[in-house]
Amino acid sequence: MTDVAADTPVQSAPASAARTGRMIVYAIVGLIGLALLFAPFLFPDVRSQEVAARICIFIVLVASYDLLIGYTGIVSFAHTMFFGLGAYGTAIALKAMGPGFDAILLGGAAGIAVAFVLAVLIGLLSLRVKAIFFAMVTLAAASVMLVLASQLSDITGGEDGILYEIPRFFSPATRLLTDADGKVVRLFGVALNGKVALYYFVFVVSALLFALMLRIVASPLGTVLEAIRENEMRAEAIGYRVVAYRTAIFCIAAVIAAIAGILRAVWLKYTGPEVALSFAIMIDILLMVVIGGMGTMIGSVIGVVVMSLAQFYLKDVMQFAAEATSGLPLVPDLLNADRWLLWLGLLFILLVYFFPAGIAGTLMGKGRR
Amino acid sequence: MDRLSATLDRLGGVYLLPVAIGLLTLVVIPTSTWFTLTVAGLAMGMMIFLMASGLSLIFGLMDVLNFGHSAFVSFGAFIAAAVLAALAGWVGGDSPALNIVALLAAIAAATAFGAAAGWFFERVIVRPVYRDHLRQILVTIGALIVAEQLILSIWGGVPIAVPRPRVLEGSILFGNVAVESYRIFAFALGVAVYVAMHLVLNRTRIGLLIRAGVENREMVEALGFRIERLFIAVFMAGSALAAMGGAMWAGYQGLITPALGSEMIVLVFIVVIIGGLGSIEGSLLGAIMVGLVANYVAFLMPKMALASNMLLMMAILLWRPYGLRPAVRG
Repeated sequence: MTDVAADTPVQSAPASAARTGRMIVYAIVGLIGLALLFAPFLFPDVRSQEVAARICIFIVLVASYDLLIGYTGIVSFAHTMFFGLGAYGTAIALKAMGPGFDAILLGGAAGIAVAFVLAVLIGLLSLRVKAIFFAMVTLAAASVMLVLASQLSDITGGEDGILYEIPRFFSPATRLLTDADGKVVRLFGVALNGKVALYYFVFVVSALLFALMLRIVASPLGTVLEAIRENEMRAEAIGYRVVAYRTAIFCIAAVIAAIAGILRAVWLKYTGPEVALSFAIMIDILLMVVIGGMGTMIGSVIGVVVMSLAQFYLKDVMQFAAEATSGLPLVPDLLNADRWLLWLGLLFILLVYFFPAGIAGTLMGKGRR
Repeated sequence: MDRLSATLDRLGGVYLLPVAIGLLTLVVIPTSTWFTLTVAGLAMGMMIFLMASGLSLIFGLMDVLNFGHSAFVSFGAFIAAAVLAALAGWVGGDSPALNIVALLAAIAAATAFGAAAGWFFERVIVRPVYRDHLRQILVTIGALIVAEQLILSIWGGVPIAVPRPRVLEGSILFGNVAVESYRIFAFALGVAVYVAMHLVLNRTRIGLLIRAGVENREMVEALGFRIERLFIAVFMAGSALAAMGGAMWAGYQGLITPALGSEMIVLVFIVVIIGGLGSIEGSLLGAIMVGLVANYVAFLMPKMALASNMLLMMAILLWRPYGLRPAVRG
């Protein structure tokens, strides 16, 4: 009894702190969700629209990567490969078959199918060995895919990528609602045209995928995955086929990433190595997952938003700092706006050392071991 | 069948694979071209071996996979280029002795920098995250990002031309086959490094401790040896070798960009996976196979060059999931 009495006040302090932290995290994520839901009306300018759609797509991509790295403890560098497969499948179909929903469906399905088959192959081939081995194999596979995309320029457009039309329904000329005069209806000063429909297409698909992933991590499958992450041997000893589960989640994540790729292709009307396949995107995903918090689905939302805002505003700050220090040697070069990744890399290292649970994980008190 | 495999084992087992690849392609490629390609493949293989052996050894002994390894390769290349540019008078001069001295100075500078950077890396970056693979991968990736950005801010993003010493320009004629002399130099340096590593690992007390550490780290510690000193030494040596490989590669390519390291690291990973983690024999075998296959395929089907190495890796992983000659079982 005395032990319990002595323990209670000690434990309740962090527990209540964690509860407050959790409330803060949920509040932030709720605000982000609302902002994204009403983005076409809150931020009507073109640039903000781009950022909002990019955030939606990347939340799906980063959350699906978190299924691997955070929940299962698999480090894969092939995630942009699957993303790119979805994007290129859609892009090639739209280019070849002309703008139409049938092209999106067919090309997207082909991209997803290829991503799935590759994921099964890579998974069965190398998930039975150590995490590190798997990381190397996926890195090699991803770079081969990048080289293929730039060399098979007849199909993929090489370094230049592919430009194509998307269905007319999504073009700004389409009127979703017309009033008595036949003019497009305006809501809060924003014309309800095809561009808004396109944004909500991206938003709704992203939200559905995110809900699906929340469901996956709450399901028995999610629990098994966490067990594998914590202690592979014990999970195997209880009777779970570790290789089968790892391959399964790798395939699920690959398919979700491919769907995110389809969204990206439809939104941008352009697909090329820079926006869909490059290693820079992989690094973005890694940074977002770690900054937001590995092993928390909603952490990926925070990570994506923080990184996206940093990408847009850190550059301005650094531009200012570089001009202020222009008299010194080397310092302006280090503060050059193009070097923002340098500082983000340093921040990343410090985060991994001191806050391995990321923003969401630290606030919610998951970081303590 | 059993007798056949026993005979093959006696003849060298998996070490016959590069020979088999060479003989198979001899059928489809004209002889003089084949000879040139083989020399190019061997030279390329040796340079990749320099980069891969350090990575493999670091992994074998310390159980650390350093994704920042490619940063050492890039830094090595750029430092060698800077030294060669500074010694331009010697490099382009008429005296072969000064030519060679300039090249050796460039390689030595790169290697020394690699060792120093390796010390810093081990101490600051890797030390806090031993035995935690996930965070190791993340931290070394972070360090790689920072290192690449540093190279970009020091040397800029434009490709830099690397002067080649005059004595190593041009080719030597063997009958009707011309062989670039730089390739011979690269091959010789690779062989020298391999022999030195082999002797150190198998004939000295430090080598004995390293091999024991690869086999069973706890036991070496329990016997009272300071394993962390070994760690630092091996990490520095591995990083120095990577920088040396980068320096050689810079001279071979003649034109370098900051992306050089990350382009090479894919080949290096493929080599380490094919060869098996932790053994320098495996790295040598893998490097030579990758070098040969890359050159043959580049001649036969130019578009398949990198994909061919990927297919080679897949095939070998299907056959031997831990690589051809692993020192540690993953």
